[in-house]
Amino acid sequence: MNPKVSNQIAIAMLYVIASTIVVILAALLGYIIIGGLPAISWHFLTSPAKAFTSGGGIGIQLFNSFYLLILTMLISFPIALGAGIYLNEYAKQNWVTSLVRTSIEILSSLPSVVVGLFGFLIFVVQFGFGFSILSGAFALTFFNLPLLTRSIEEALAAVPNEQREGGLALGLSKWETVLHIIVPAALPTILTGVILSAGRVFGEAAALIYTAGQSAPALNFTDWNPFNISSPLNPMRPAETLAVHIWKINSEGIMPDAKAISSGSSAVLVISVLGFNLLARFVGHRLFKRFTAG
Amino acid sequence: MRKKWWIQGLLLVGLIVLGGWAYQTRQINKANMTITAVGSTALQPLVEAAGEDYATHHLGTFINVQGGGSGTGLSQVQEGAVDIGNSDVFAEEQRGIKADRLQDHRVAVVGITPIVNHSTGIDHLTTAQLINVFTGKIRNWSQVGGKNQKVVILNRAQGSGTRTTFERFGLQNHRSIAAQEQDSSGMVRQIVATTPGAISYVGFSYVNKSVQAVSLNGVQPTNQNVEHNRWLIWSYEHMYTSNQPQPLAQKFIKYIQSKKIQNSLVRRLGYISMSDMQVVRDGQGSVRQAGAGHE
Amino acid sequence: MVRAVYVKRGQVMNKKLQEQLLKRSKAAKMERFGKTISFLALMLITVTVFAIIIFVASKGLSTFVTNHVNIVDFLTGKNWNPNVTDSKGQPEVGALPMISGSFVVTILSALLATPFAIGTAIFMNEISPHRGAKLLQPVIELLVGIPSVVYGFIGLTVIVPAVRSVFGGSGFGILAGTFVLFVMILPTVTSMSVDALRSVPRYYREAALALGATQWQTIYKVVLRSATPGILTAIVFGMARAFGEALAVQMVIGNAALLPTNLVSPASTLTSVLTTGIGNTVMGSLQNNALWSLALVLLIMSLIFNLVVRMIGRKGAMSK
Repeated sequence: MNPKVSNQIAIAMLYVIASTIVVILAALLGYIIIGGLPAISWHFLTSPAKAFTSGGGIGIQLFNSFYLLILTMLISFPIALGAGIYLNEYAKQNWVTSLVRTSIEILSSLPSVVVGLFGFLIFVVQFGFGFSILSGAFALTFFNLPLLTRSIEEALAAVPNEQREGGLALGLSKWETVLHIIVPAALPTILTGVILSAGRVFGEAAALIYTAGQSAPALNFTDWNPFNISSPLNPMRPAETLAVHIWKINSEGIMPDAKAISSGSSAVLVISVLGFNLLARFVGHRLFKRFTAG
Repeated sequence: MRKKWWIQGLLLVGLIVLGGWAYQTRQINKANMTITAVGSTALQPLVEAAGEDYATHHLGTFINVQGGGSGTGLSQVQEGAVDIGNSDVFAEEQRGIKADRLQDHRVAVVGITPIVNHSTGIDHLTTAQLINVFTGKIRNWSQVGGKNQKVVILNRAQGSGTRTTFERFGLQNHRSIAAQEQDSSGMVRQIVATTPGAISYVGFSYVNKSVQAVSLNGVQPTNQNVEHNRWLIWSYEHMYTSNQPQPLAQKFIKYIQSKKIQNSLVRRLGYISMSDMQVVRDGQGSVRQAGAGHE
Repeated sequence: MVRAVYVKRGQVMNKKLQEQLLKRSKAAKMERFGKTISFLALMLITVTVFAIIIFVASKGLSTFVTNHVNIVDFLTGKNWNPNVTDSKGQPEVGALPMISGSFVVTILSALLATPFAIGTAIFMNEISPHRGAKLLQPVIELLVGIPSVVYGFIGLTVIVPAVRSVFGGSGFGILAGTFVLFVMILPTVTSMSVDALRSVPRYYREAALALGATQWQTIYKVVLRSATPGILTAIVFGMARAFGEALAVQMVIGNAALLPTNLVSPASTLTSVLTTGIGNTVMGSLQNNALWSLALVLLIMSLIFNLVVRMIGRKGAMSK
């Protein structure tokens, strides 16, 4: 076949594939958001959930989701960044490195319920954290690290070697090169990884059932002292997240408007992830400009 | 550069001071009592609602209620990791549990009924027919007077309280054939409602218009029939504690068993109140009239 | 006298200079510090990974060590009823239905998702980077955040009835599971493939185009080849996600511990049985240990997947 013709055919195929994906994804998102929008109101977003009567909201769950996400990221991002840097910049290509890589990849295939039970036995029971946001954040860190480390490593690997050589030629040490040149250059890609893993953390339910728990005690939103039990900032309180709430309603919910709450919550979840993406992109853009003096 | 460090240092000091101030001014929890109840997801809404109610009447107490399944509840209360283990089954029925080390507190009764998809055209069965359906001898609903529709069996997960009770009292200790399994009542109802020919079983409170409840041997699945043991498929909801329960746990369970909760919350959540039961059943399944030796 | 003083002073200065030169510079200290910190982070991950693996292995192996279940029976048995003992007095813990279910559903969904994911990634990176970045990437990132339960529910309300009306049966089965997993792993595989394509140096493309290759030839013969290891990693991660996914699959696959006979008969996966059963069993009992054995099988199988894909990757990758 004429290379030009096959080129045309191949590119047409790629257009077809890409548009198929867009259609599938758009249909999915549309289904969730359109199905959920009627249930969303200010009252729904801010009021606490009700166990068996209709009219409950998801205010506490929504807050918990964000708080847990931030805590998890605070714990897991530095670790993943360090590990990613070491794997890409320092590690020698030998069997130890490849063993570590393989084990990290295997960790990502563990069903989240196993990670959850591990977290339950270690953090909740052994360390005595109880059912708390902190236990949940640690469990999610386990769950989050493989993907995050991997994507940070990939991002660093994508930075051309000239940049490293340039840094070393300027008399910078390797670490300084990494810190001031490579990481900023890889920032947009790292950010994608962070957003992806944040999305997974946001939507995770099974790992949290046994760690952060599945009840959301009432919070006092005027009390920001993290040592008080009803304070939203207290990391030692049990906290049901939005995804866990959806799971709970679908499995055992007996409130009359369970279906509406569940679809409303799903829509809120998707919209939150969207908002989070936009925010992360905006911040990342600003940081990128600042670091690269562009 | 120097200025930046200065600002950072100030921020750090500020944070520490703020933290110290927060620590100093924290609410000192006078009673400082917290208990944790873990286990059955079916029982969770009741305990949670009662716990909130209890906490508003007894300031300074905090009742932490979590799910995780009956097995988790029983094993954790046995380990001493939690104060109360919520369970849908008797501890004797759960393998790996030393029942004599635990104290049983029954807080409610739940009736379980077979449900079918509307396309089956079935609303009543005999026990023998039910057994034949679940053991795979009847494969089409027309064999028991329904429409020409293939039987699709849906079970709860092995070891779940609802399934244990159903197989014991509904199928008279016959074991269902291997079939689809789901691990929650909401999901079971959803699937039965949407799958032609489907049959499964749920607690009374999960029955709604989307599925058809089935009467057995001419007995309707109603609360009154359970109270007199005419409807046989029912079970207790248990809250287990260790033999030396924490005082607050004991008080809280007493509170749930009190008339006030039994007549309000328990009923509103679709359970049958303990005080309405005319019969008592033990872990071996033998039934006697209540009243004589009422607990 | 005076001279001696100068000499002494000179010696002192020399010594100071020597000290200054021999002392680690600030940069060297930072270097050491940075290397140590990043190494510690990696070690932390490695230690937790191994802790989890050891934890699962010790629990999973106790089925065979403490409960004396024959490992061959476990891997080849077709009946899964841990509460029931068979004619030989052994508990019925045959994991073959779940193992084959997991295997089939993972492979099928990966096979289905890979061409779509790579195609989309090429589209986003090579053909229309602008639209890719503006439209596709945010949408794909959004999809990752949808909880499995929601995927499962959409599967239950849309895919299962569709499969039922097109292919017959009850609709629950491997086919429905494959479709749900396909959509679930698509974002992961696609976005990681994009990263892999992006890490191919620009001058590879320029060189190929300068040689007169068409765009497709450049993509197919140069870009894809050099991105192969990265793309394979993406697929491994996608398969890992498919493998470990529980809630969504469990809702559409039927979750029956039966050997899959065709694509529309109810089947089950290791994770779905694990997740449904774990809350109903008591830690340390046979029923519970048997479930942990399933988790162990899962670990070992994903290890095998991993090795296989790595081997393919080594052969397929162009030496850089």
